Amino acid sequence: MKFSVRRLGAVLRKELREYRRSPFIVVTMALLPLVFLIEPLITIFRIGPSVAASVVDRAVGATFLVLLVAPALLPAVIAAYSVVGEREQGTLEPLLTTPLRREELLLGKALGVVVPAVGIAYVLFAVIQVCARLFASNAAVVSALGQGPHILAEVLFAPLLAGWSIWVGIGISTRASDVRVAQQLGTLSSIPPLAVVALVSFNVFTPSVTLAVVFALVLLVADVVLFRIVVALFDRERLITGARALRTPSGGGQVPPASAVRQIRRIERTGGRDDG
Amino acid sequence: MVAETMTDARGEQPSGKPLALVVDHLTKRFGERTAFEDVSFSVAQGEVFGFLGPNGAGKTTTVRTLGTLIAPTSGSASVAGIPLTSDNGPEIRQRIAIMPENPGLYRRLTVTENLQLFAGLYEQRHAAARIGEALEAVNLTARAGDLCGSLSKGLLQRVGLARALLNDPAVMFLDEPTSGLDPVAAHEVNDLINGLRQRGVTVFLTTHRLEEAERLCDRVAILSTTLRLVGRPDELRERLFSRSLIVETLTPLVAPDDVFNSTDGVESWRPEGASSYVLSVTDPRNSAPHVTRALVAAGADVVSISESRHSLEDVYLQLIDEDPEASQR
Repeated sequence: MKFSVRRLGAVLRKELREYRRSPFIVVTMALLPLVFLIEPLITIFRIGPSVAASVVDRAVGATFLVLLVAPALLPAVIAAYSVVGEREQGTLEPLLTTPLRREELLLGKALGVVVPAVGIAYVLFAVIQVCARLFASNAAVVSALGQGPHILAEVLFAPLLAGWSIWVGIGISTRASDVRVAQQLGTLSSIPPLAVVALVSFNVFTPSVTLAVVFALVLLVADVVLFRIVVALFDRERLITGARALRTPSGGGQVPPASAVRQIRRIERTGGRDDG
Repeated sequence: MVAETMTDARGEQPSGKPLALVVDHLTKRFGERTAFEDVSFSVAQGEVFGFLGPNGAGKTTTVRTLGTLIAPTSGSASVAGIPLTSDNGPEIRQRIAIMPENPGLYRRLTVTENLQLFAGLYEQRHAAARIGEALEAVNLTARAGDLCGSLSKGLLQRVGLARALLNDPAVMFLDEPTSGLDPVAAHEVNDLINGLRQRGVTVFLTTHRLEEAERLCDRVAILSTTLRLVGRPDELRERLFSRSLIVETLTPLVAPDDVFNSTDGVESWRPEGASSYVLSVTDPRNSAPHVTRALVAAGADVVSISESRHSLEDVYLQLIDEDPEASQR
């Protein structure tokens, strides 16, 4: 049975319906970046017409950092809930009894988090642009915010940074046995890419179209690799029973090789540490 | 091939019907712990098959294994005519439905929205019509727009059954469908299972309610890590318990030995209370007239003569009593 866009779509629709029924989830996603944006916005508005270019760069860099924090940080918590949350509310097992493939489930879940996270990021970006044009007294600020590399970075990095956080979050969610642990670990997942963003925002690297494209490509490859890792981590048996599946070359119905049994028993004896 | 070589331990096979489930020496272990071992049975199409056993006997793990949620450690099986392998998982799941003990519905979504999700997962072409039929089958059309979080447990079970009907499954696994329900709600669910039988759906029912299994199931299997018995409920009773008559007289018999030992068809007897007697007989229906005549001839005032009826519960308890591990789970 092949990958089905219809099944993927069914999962995505379900996710979006759940947000619609619980708008609080999305509203709280948007609140945090709004709070963080207050300070850089005030800074931008207070920059006078004759301020040095380096001050303008720092202010704009800080603004973009916050703008890119949103798609990297916000989906992590929801993504970390995605699988372990279904498991805790008892809805995972019925899903797994259908022909749904793990790739379809995981992509549906990921898209369900990407859509609101990136949507919020783009809306915030638009709000900043409009506010700058209306209220900023320094023309260089308005110009810097509207630069091609900045816009390209926002457009490209928002979904790619969200992708990183989401795949790490879902990966944690497939292995965690507790929602709280998954969400706390998920939050930490957004730190590595943000470190790079911070370096760019504060001009340690000079922002350019080339740098934006290169960094975007690296993130894209990382997202694809992470997706494959998460798919491999998704173990129906473990999720349903809490026990690791003994996989056989042709699936169920055959006795696993003795070496596999010995390996599993050794892992069990050592509490998960594979000393071998 | 498995079906032809079936032994009596798997229970008498309903003749002439193709098999919906064939399980052959299936075993599942989690590390050192054995969930179930060397389980073999078969279920014909359209049969309601009861799967009984104490807590921890391996019933749910068996259902999950046959539903391709977990892989067996050894043995083989075919589900809805498809060999049980991990490669065949999606195909098998397309042709079966599993209703877990907890229906696992999204409480923030309506009944219809829950069913729309699963109709999508089964890639139903005419999802709206199919959902309408499923809701009608479980008498829930009027509650289609209600949030699942607002429904009672009985109604949630019905939504779970409607969900299980969406893909028109060849085999339906119902895991404790009446668990935690009040008698009225349990009765409604039983009526629905009877409805499934009439529609020709093969039902694999795990339950703790033995009277429910006796009433609903064509055959039952009793599992306690290993399969203890498979057969029709009446067969199991006969296999485990000798047939007997219970005689009650107004006053105790003066010489019961003389009365019963010389009566045709009575193999042995024992007193039960002051003026009651339990007679082991070869055939209760043929022996009852002989016993009545012997009692009247002895001048006894007969209050009643009845056949001793053993329920499926008696069979179950007898088997579980014989299993020392079951009481330790």
